[in-house]
Amino acid sequence: MAQAPVLDKLTSILRDVFDSDELVATPDLTAQKVAGWDSLGNVRLFLEIERVFSIRFSAMETTSLKNVGELVTVIEKKTRR
Amino acid sequence: MSTNPTDLPWLLAAPDDFRAQVRALAGPESAAKARQLALHRLDLNQLHTLGRALTSIIARDTIKTTKLGVLSNGTIDLMLPAFAVSALRHGVWLENLGSSFDQAAQQALDPASDINRARCDFVLLALDHRGLSLLPAPGDREGARGLVDQALGHVEAMRRGLRGASGCTVILQTLPQVPTALFGSFERGVPGTTQWMIDRFNSELRTAVAGSSDLLLDVAALAETVGLTRWHDPVQWALGKFPCAHDAVPLYADWLGRLIGAARGKSRKCLVLDLDNTLWGGVIGDDGLGGIVLGNGNPAGEAFLSVQQAALALRDRGVILAVSSKNDDEVARSAFRTHPEMLLREQHIAVFQANWRDKATNIKAIAETLNIGIDSLVLLDDNPAERAQVRGALPEVAVPELPEDPAFFAQTLLAAGYFESIAFTAEDRQRADQYQANAARAELLGAATDLDSYLRSLDMKAIVGRFDSVARARITQLINKTNQFNLTTRRYTESQIMALESSSEGLTLQIRLVDKFGDNGIVAIVICVPDGPDWVIDTWLMSCRVLNRKLEETTLNCIMAAAKSAGVRTVMGHFLPTDRNDMVREHYPKLGFERLGDGDGGTRWRLDVGSYAAACVPIEIVELESAASDSART
Repeated sequence: MAQAPVLDKLTSILRDVFDSDELVATPDLTAQKVAGWDSLGNVRLFLEIERVFSIRFSAMETTSLKNVGELVTVIEKKTRR
Repeated sequence: MSTNPTDLPWLLAAPDDFRAQVRALAGPESAAKARQLALHRLDLNQLHTLGRALTSIIARDTIKTTKLGVLSNGTIDLMLPAFAVSALRHGVWLENLGSSFDQAAQQALDPASDINRARCDFVLLALDHRGLSLLPAPGDREGARGLVDQALGHVEAMRRGLRGASGCTVILQTLPQVPTALFGSFERGVPGTTQWMIDRFNSELRTAVAGSSDLLLDVAALAETVGLTRWHDPVQWALGKFPCAHDAVPLYADWLGRLIGAARGKSRKCLVLDLDNTLWGGVIGDDGLGGIVLGNGNPAGEAFLSVQQAALALRDRGVILAVSSKNDDEVARSAFRTHPEMLLREQHIAVFQANWRDKATNIKAIAETLNIGIDSLVLLDDNPAERAQVRGALPEVAVPELPEDPAFFAQTLLAAGYFESIAFTAEDRQRADQYQANAARAELLGAATDLDSYLRSLDMKAIVGRFDSVARARITQLINKTNQFNLTTRRYTESQIMALESSSEGLTLQIRLVDKFGDNGIVAIVICVPDGPDWVIDTWLMSCRVLNRKLEETTLNCIMAAAKSAGVRTVMGHFLPTDRNDMVREHYPKLGFERLGDGDGGTRWRLDVGSYAAACVPIEIVELESAASDSART
């Protein structure tokens, strides 16, 4: 349940970055299922997440996460103080 | 409001429904609407979204574009859409051609490479210190010099390769400094450290480009403006060889956009100043001459003084100043005449509009009086409501957003890059004075009884010669920025103009107009190219400052005289209409040309050389000496 507000924000970020109003962030969503989410799209996505949540990712984190669920876990860890 | 340059604070914030507006771009209005959207403050993702939309608009509406090739030792893919949007913000529809990461040298040096075959108008060589072999060798002065020379030679070879293969203008970059030092403050004094080598490279590159017809994008200065620790992003370099922080890309792209805009003659020419709370604190109509805040010894007074200093400095480099203010004319002028702290005086202002009409009407009148386009104006105004009114009524006028604090006015105005310049000629230095002289001529016109006697009273001399190296920069500038009195609106680079100087075929003319009020500088340009027994007028343009002076007839006399002595049978003229040059639609018929019909998207005209009788004009023709000696040599 704790994931819900982060997922909501991610939904709006995904729609902005990949310019599609159909996108919904769910824990099992992966890059392969989203048009435009290639390596450069991934950089744009993380840039927007950094801006919206005021956090920074390491290069490792940017490339190693498997799905949106893992992404939410990292965001929650970084936004908890 | 942010004063951080990477936020481009002079631009309006993007609308909340930005993405929806981009998606709605369709139909015949979409090019104009896209241009309006490009004027907003956009982050990298918004630039990406709009940039992709521009690509489809260009393809669909067959818009005339400028082609930019980009070579880099980093990953530039995310920057390309930002480049297109930012160039459009500065008036240029740009098509980008990137290349794979780290292919810069191969692409530049191979005449058959994608970049070279694409016939780009410009190629950006976006290299940084990591793309050149500048391995630190602290203490080895000779070795370090050799490395820097090698790096410069490498860049020069690429520049020549690109230029030789496609004739493009190359945009070279200075190298951003690195934010880390091995020696601390001692670093830049030690030959062979990275910082020492970058300094030396940049200083030599700036000198080399200044003497060429290529362009410099001073990324070192840009990175300093941003701050080196913010410019460099080690995470993103490690991640995908992104050469700078993504947050800096919007400003980087804007710097490139304004440079390309300047090369295409899109820079602004005139700064229109509001008065109350822009040039001084307070409202002069209410507070009185003694009540306004200005000058040393008071923090707000100092801030307003800095605005006036910036305006004067701009005037010294050729920007025209005008005033538009809701005020009583006498009251407003009294500050310029008698306030002891005022730096700006009446003589600095080409057009002074203080009245109670709306600003947009006044600003239009300023453009008409100066005979320049509305898109040449910048309005500096502290009042958000006035800014909004002018933006709504005259979207072509650049109106920077301003922070509350007047201490940031000058910095914000200058950071916006409206007056970006790629050359600085003697004419630029005198331009503001020339507009003042025009005002004096207008007074004389009021006194003269008819136009002919007025024109005769001006004692005009046209100094006429072929293109030469002395005037090359000014000729190129005129060819690229003259929009209104321009029959064909063909743009040429400085190297193309250089090639014409030594050509013995056809005719090139540069015409300088001098009268008793002063030197107007070079104001008319003609290029005729041979076509069998005929000459075709490829280019004929004139500065609108000298309209209605019979210079058109004088110029034609020169063309026909040269045609006659070259044994030419007929002189052919083309009129190619644009949205800006309607004033010359009737140019050729007025001069007695006979209509041949339509062609090449315009109208075609002819004038017989044998039967031409020179028009009687109130202008004396004087041969330009340097041109005479040039042609004697060839």
